[in-house]
Amino acid sequence: MDPHQHDSANCKDLLANISAYVDGTLREDLCVLLEEHIHSCRNCEIVVNTLQKTIDLYHEAAEKEGAIPEDVRSRLFARLELDDFIE
Amino acid sequence: MSEENTKPIFSMEALQAGDRAEFARMMDHFSNPIYRLGLKILANEQDAEDVLQETFIKAYHSIAKFEGRSSLSTWLYRIATNEALMLIRRRKPTLELVLENDNEEDVTPVEIVDWCCLPEEELLSSESRDFLEEAVQVLTPPLRLVFLMRDVEGLSIKETAEILEISESAVKVRLMRARLKLREELTHYFGAQLDGKEVQYGSAST
Repeated sequence: MDPHQHDSANCKDLLANISAYVDGTLREDLCVLLEEHIHSCRNCEIVVNTLQKTIDLYHEAAEKEGAIPEDVRSRLFARLELDDFIE
Repeated sequence: MSEENTKPIFSMEALQAGDRAEFARMMDHFSNPIYRLGLKILANEQDAEDVLQETFIKAYHSIAKFEGRSSLSTWLYRIATNEALMLIRRRKPTLELVLENDNEEDVTPVEIVDWCCLPEEELLSSESRDFLEEAVQVLTPPLRLVFLMRDVEGLSIKETAEILEISESAVKVRLMRARLKLREELTHYFGAQLDGKEVQYGSAST
């Protein structure tokens, strides 16, 4: 199969493996096929890149989050009648 | 809150014997991720707080019967997600079908715009972060739960499967659908920002 021949069947195959690919868990031979495909198919390359970026953004946004609000924490301890043990 | 980091911290023996100080310590350790997860599933602070409290009330009453077949964190997450799903059902009973079935809608990418080049401060501005949270609400609850556990809380496929009591392959399928759906939403949003820039800097004269 000529990897430079763009057809929609290849794009469909890519879609089935894209999630495992960005997680780094896709089988090596399938990785090679996928990378050959995105090398010759700009649209699929954009889909892979923007999918990766989507996941990265959620990771980064989660890291910026603060701790549980202090009032929510004290109400939780109060509800469980564990106020004596709040530090 | 991965299993490796949390498993040895608490004495199961003390917890199961009803040691309140130990329970308080355990609760303090897990309350943050449980609250955050509830907030993201439900997008409502009061609901998230209800889930948080109900989770630890249930845990307090049933920890003596906890058999340790899963890790403590998996067990707590399972109670919390069940509470959250119950709230969703109560809020929108008509969603029952969507809750039970995997979303079979087509996930073929439609929007093809390369927005990765946008500056980081724009991608993670407070408006953008608000949008990221709104976009999660577009997902059906089964997809939303898997996405939040795996890609936001950073749990493994295995842990996510154990918490939701579904197979690992079901987790993978839902995760793929959720990610593609969110990519679509984000492309729509950030693509519009790119268009805005073109109008601003380009030759367009409106």
